[in-house]
Amino acid sequence: MIYNIPFYTVVALILIGLYAMLFKRNLIKIAIGLTILESGVNLFLITLGYRKEGVAPIYTNLPSGIDVPDKMVLPVPQALTLTSIVIGVAVLALVLSITMMIYRHYGTLDSRKVRRLKE
Amino acid sequence: MNVDWLLEHSPALIIVLPLLAAFLTPIIDKFSKKARNAFVIAVLIIEEILVIFLAHDVFTNGIHIYTMGAANPTETVPAQAAVPIRIVLEVDGMSIFMALISATVSLAAAIYSLAYIEEEKGKGKFYTLLLLVLVGMLGMELTGDMFNMFVFLEVLSIACAALIAYRSHFGDSVEGAFKFLIISSIAALFVLFAIALLYAQYDLLNIAALASAINYTHLDKIALVLLIAAFAMKCGAVPMHFWTPDAYSVAPSSITAMLVAASQASLYALFRVCFTLYGVTLNLATIGAVIIIFGLLSMFVGVTMAIPQKDIKRLMAYHAISQTGYMLLGVGVGLYLLTKPEFSSYGIKAMEGGIFHIINHAMYKGLLFLTAGAIYYRLKTRNLNEMGGLGHSMKYTSIFFIIGALAIAGIPPFNGFASKLLIYEAAYKVSPILSIIAMLVSILTLASFVKVFHSAFMGPKIHDVEEVPKSMLAGMAVLTFVIILFGLFPGWVVSNIVHPAAQALADQAAYIQAVLGG
Repeated sequence: MIYNIPFYTVVALILIGLYAMLFKRNLIKIAIGLTILESGVNLFLITLGYRKEGVAPIYTNLPSGIDVPDKMVLPVPQALTLTSIVIGVAVLALVLSITMMIYRHYGTLDSRKVRRLKE
Repeated sequence: MNVDWLLEHSPALIIVLPLLAAFLTPIIDKFSKKARNAFVIAVLIIEEILVIFLAHDVFTNGIHIYTMGAANPTETVPAQAAVPIRIVLEVDGMSIFMALISATVSLAAAIYSLAYIEEEKGKGKFYTLLLLVLVGMLGMELTGDMFNMFVFLEVLSIACAALIAYRSHFGDSVEGAFKFLIISSIAALFVLFAIALLYAQYDLLNIAALASAINYTHLDKIALVLLIAAFAMKCGAVPMHFWTPDAYSVAPSSITAMLVAASQASLYALFRVCFTLYGVTLNLATIGAVIIIFGLLSMFVGVTMAIPQKDIKRLMAYHAISQTGYMLLGVGVGLYLLTKPEFSSYGIKAMEGGIFHIINHAMYKGLLFLTAGAIYYRLKTRNLNEMGGLGHSMKYTSIFFIIGALAIAGIPPFNGFASKLLIYEAAYKVSPILSIIAMLVSILTLASFVKVFHSAFMGPKIHDVEEVPKSMLAGMAVLTFVIILFGLFPGWVVSNIVHPAAQALADQAAYIQAVLGG
């Protein structure tokens, strides 16, 4: 039960993120929703690699008494998460700079008023 | 550095060359603008040659494998391991077919851009991003690894979003870019979540290894839904098409042409997931029916939304949605018929039609967006009501426009006719109604392009403008050349390029065997 808590958190984070992106009108809040959604997915990836009482997956640095690699946490999800975090930073920076330019052009961050394309 | 060496390493070179060139471009830009232009065009020409070179090998000798970082590039599974650990690039007929499209459209777009963005600022960065878009497309198309595909999808989205916002002094450009970026990020995160679901069960990321291990459990079904939703969102299929007209209409025209190819890279990913990753474990007829419904909706909604538009690029963007519908219809009919042995030859026909339509669409829609850009370049407006009589002064542009418009409407002898005929023929076997709707959409397409032609090029001369510069004409000519070539020799193209691509997509076993061995 206690080990499932991360997965519940993942679901909660993803739903909160999607809610913010779908129903919030403020562009900054949409960006926040994007990061929350991304944190949910990242948490899911990192949780996949968890091993009970696991050690870092470095062969030369194993604690004495443990020599089976079964106790090692999975390194691949960590590498994936790291990549995904880096990508997320780039996306967030671009979203925020575009938001800034929208504010400069429209004088508002309300998505209902940013609709020059629809006219 | 002989030919064999080049061929062996060409999948990696195809991705690495524009990636390195992208970051060299701003440095060269500091010294000389002319050198920068020459450098970008040279890189893209070399890229095109490399892709054709690899394509020739793939079409004659079959799947080409490249393992990143291995001593021997064909050694996909290391001696100590039981599964592929390294990133594997797997180039089959379908991948290289898509790579041909991406490279050709990028080359035409870059040549066109030389004059088109002459008056804008930050041109060095423009070409950097243009090359990065190419890297993203090629990476998605050539890779044989799910996570790698996600990374290149993100590279593609970020570079595209930055380019859509390139004319940041217009409010609508940044607005379109915001929509595009948000939609792309959600789609990419769905893809990542689906990859995590697959990894959790099988400890694998390689597409071929996953395909051989997949069990079609409940989690797999969830992953499939997420992947289809995400890639359909990225390729602009109805009902997730809302970003397409916004992003296509505000981007610089050469970039819009590339966005068409970029959406098709997502379409490729969608097909790759359906056919190769899930393939035989899947209930093909159901997924086929789902894709057919996507296709019909896209075709019909796209074209009906296009007819009342006044903005020339918005109108063309809605047509892009409707044409994506044809590709989905063709491939969906293929999936549906492949399960019925008595019709399986029609199944392959339908897939050939859908796949042939991908390359045709990239060429003529790219050309049409470039002509719209040429009009914008001279008149500084996208509004059809403010145009008129351009045929008097912009002769070549109007000829290119006519060729593009006839090709999209499926009039012989241009290329759109050949692929649409294949789709009509095969769709008739599923239900005559599908063919009737497809033809109706074709007629509506012709009607709306007649309207555009009439309001932009016909009538008395009201604007005193000149023909656009030579580099823009050259960019359009590249695509026109391909359109006419494909229109005159559709039989050769289908049997030598399209048929291997369709076969590669349908043959899941060969794809798996190429990585995992006998």
